[in-house]
Amino acid sequence: MTDNPLGMPNAYMERTRLYYRALGYHNDYVWANFDDIPFTRLENPLSEATVALITTAGPPDGSNRNAQGRREVWSGAVATPPDSFNTDMAWDKESTHTDDRESFLPIDTARRLASEGLFAGLAPRFHGAPTDYSQRKTMEQDAPELLHRLREDGADAALLTAL
Amino acid sequence: MSLVANYLEANGIPTVIIGSALDIVEHCGVPRFVFSDFPLGNPCGHPRDRGMQAEIVALALRQLELAEGPRTTVRAPFEWTDDPDWRARYNLITSENRARLRATGDARRTQRGQTKVEAAE
Repeated sequence: MTDNPLGMPNAYMERTRLYYRALGYHNDYVWANFDDIPFTRLENPLSEATVALITTAGPPDGSNRNAQGRREVWSGAVATPPDSFNTDMAWDKESTHTDDRESFLPIDTARRLASEGLFAGLAPRFHGAPTDYSQRKTMEQDAPELLHRLREDGADAALLTAL
Repeated sequence: MSLVANYLEANGIPTVIIGSALDIVEHCGVPRFVFSDFPLGNPCGHPRDRGMQAEIVALALRQLELAEGPRTTVRAPFEWTDDPDWRARYNLITSENRARLRATGDARRTQRGQTKVEAAE
């Protein structure tokens, strides 16, 4: 079954193109590609930084969907996260599972690392970022909303975990 | 997620992504990336392996301080060891499932067309 005996990382872009062609779609998805990548240094040591968590998972009740059914930015308290998350999106459902939140949204892990002094602590809320085919929606609506919420929470940096 | 990281970074928030789709993230280009070579779904470590999860998350957080510039990729020092066939399985297309996939796509397009008609009414 293995077509990759060298253990090279999976070529997900090519896999996805072939899969959607097999579904009968004629136009390949075009992934974003930037020449210039921004870079911002931490202003203070990591041990003094407040870090926000951002996930691609959704809330269990689907409350992040608007009237048209499109996903929007959502947030939850790191002190009282939902018991479960909606992970109904593209991940490897045949090879693993998402029953353990810490494997994709490491709230307890990060809090433990903060208690050990690696960083100052988590921002009070974690945030859900929609995975949207519209790059325009991401850049004009979702990302600005996430920035707004991070600033509200006094976050110095963000750890983004993609399912 | 890559677009969000770039937007936040451009607006003064340092970011680091943990993920398992190396080619997609590097194609886009991001400031800092920790690559976990696992099946999509568990970027922060094997389910229930608290030690591994702590190491991967700490590795990522340290990049906020250690990375010297954008497009920094660090590979987490772990593998998906119990299931050697996982790489080939994702979105696998075979002679057995090809017709079913096409039917699934047709059904999606039909449903989407109906939704668009309803929305226009």
